[in-house]
Amino acid sequence: MPQLNTDGRRSVSFILNGKPVTGHAEPRMLLTDFLRQEMGLSEIHVGCEHGVCGTCTIRMDGRPARACLTFAVQAEGHRIDTVQSLATPEGALNDLQLAFRKHHALQCGYCTPGILMSVTAFLEINAEPSDAEVRDMLSGHLCRCTGYVGMVHAILDVAKSRRKKAGSTATA
Amino acid sequence: MKPSAFEYIRPGSLAEALACLARYGEDARIIAGGLSLVPAMNFRLVQPKVLIDIADIKELDYVRLDAAHIEVGAAATQARLLAWPELATASPLLAQALPHVGHFQTRSRGTVCGSIANSDPSSELPLCLATLAGSVILRSKGASRQLAAADFQLGLLHTARKADEMVVAVRFPLRQKGAGYAFHELAERQGDLAICAVAATVTERAIRLGIGGVADKPAVREWSDLPDSGLDAALNEFAWDLEASDDTHGTAVYRRQLVRRLGRRAILEARACRN
Repeated sequence: MPQLNTDGRRSVSFILNGKPVTGHAEPRMLLTDFLRQEMGLSEIHVGCEHGVCGTCTIRMDGRPARACLTFAVQAEGHRIDTVQSLATPEGALNDLQLAFRKHHALQCGYCTPGILMSVTAFLEINAEPSDAEVRDMLSGHLCRCTGYVGMVHAILDVAKSRRKKAGSTATA
Repeated sequence: MKPSAFEYIRPGSLAEALACLARYGEDARIIAGGLSLVPAMNFRLVQPKVLIDIADIKELDYVRLDAAHIEVGAAATQARLLAWPELATASPLLAQALPHVGHFQTRSRGTVCGSIANSDPSSELPLCLATLAGSVILRSKGASRQLAAADFQLGLLHTARKADEMVVAVRFPLRQKGAGYAFHELAERQGDLAICAVAATVTERAIRLGIGGVADKPAVREWSDLPDSGLDAALNEFAWDLEASDDTHGTAVYRRQLVRRLGRRAILEARACRN
């Protein structure tokens, strides 16, 4: 059984944005701090550190997770995706990111990486969300700039265009 | 905002997890989703010396039906129960209550058993378990026992669990024929802990009403043959008996009013949807 003493740092390995990575962490190190400090991912934003604000939201095995409520050692053997998983390696934004830009769904951008990860997971299980369902999902994030309306428009817009694309592929 | 140091163990099976609990006892805490435990650790309200991680133990990750219950294993998330296709028919009350449990982003990791084991008086799942008269299955290395919800949750974050025991599953009684169910809550934001939450089950002869967020644990009262004319008086008496207190989220007066109003609404709604 994997085990570790308090004074020891442990090797932690997982799949980060599609690539295997290994780092070292004490058990008490939060995944937020591990991703920022050990992996150098500046898009992992730290807000409240008690799971309320949502800015550190990542995907763990595809499901949204608060990185600030996850210990790095818990990620061992799992798949972790951050907002970097969305754009192409060359930096071309994906359709969701473009929709956020088009609809002014961000201002300062501090909350945005977490929200984009939530929305990505959300649209995979609900391809045709209602306005109310989108707002309910967004209740798990705090944004102090936008008032959320641009986000709702962006999310409904991208859901619609993805359905249209899927429909045209199906009929072609 | 960083937790104090601890030892981390990830057992590969339930038997290994129980062996760890037997060894470390009060120094250890079980972690699954960590949605309640890790905030408390980050604030250093709790400082366990050992964390036993059960999130990846496959034998605990299940939702299943028997003749009389829905049984949910300790590693099953709230999202998993909410997405379970039979939920609405098997338990209309849980189907109504679960969307109020945290957010989409927290239900994906937070477990049903974890919420019940944490026994926050404002949280929805302990309230549902108490109102439906469900039960909790506890196991230690050498023993297993089942406790009724009312005997398990003793007060604020306080349960009858012994130091070497773990909540391995909870059982929610299935919907009864001829019964109606309703759930309502008031919170500052969607997904926040309830200032007052109410769960009602109404059958032909009896009304059962559970209240969360007011007393130090879910309070349940049952009335039989209560005439409509007596409903408001019964709710008023129940509201006063809960000994509500003032806090930053609301006054005692406000909470009593919520018990009367939301209680009435839930009872009437549950009665209207009796099948």
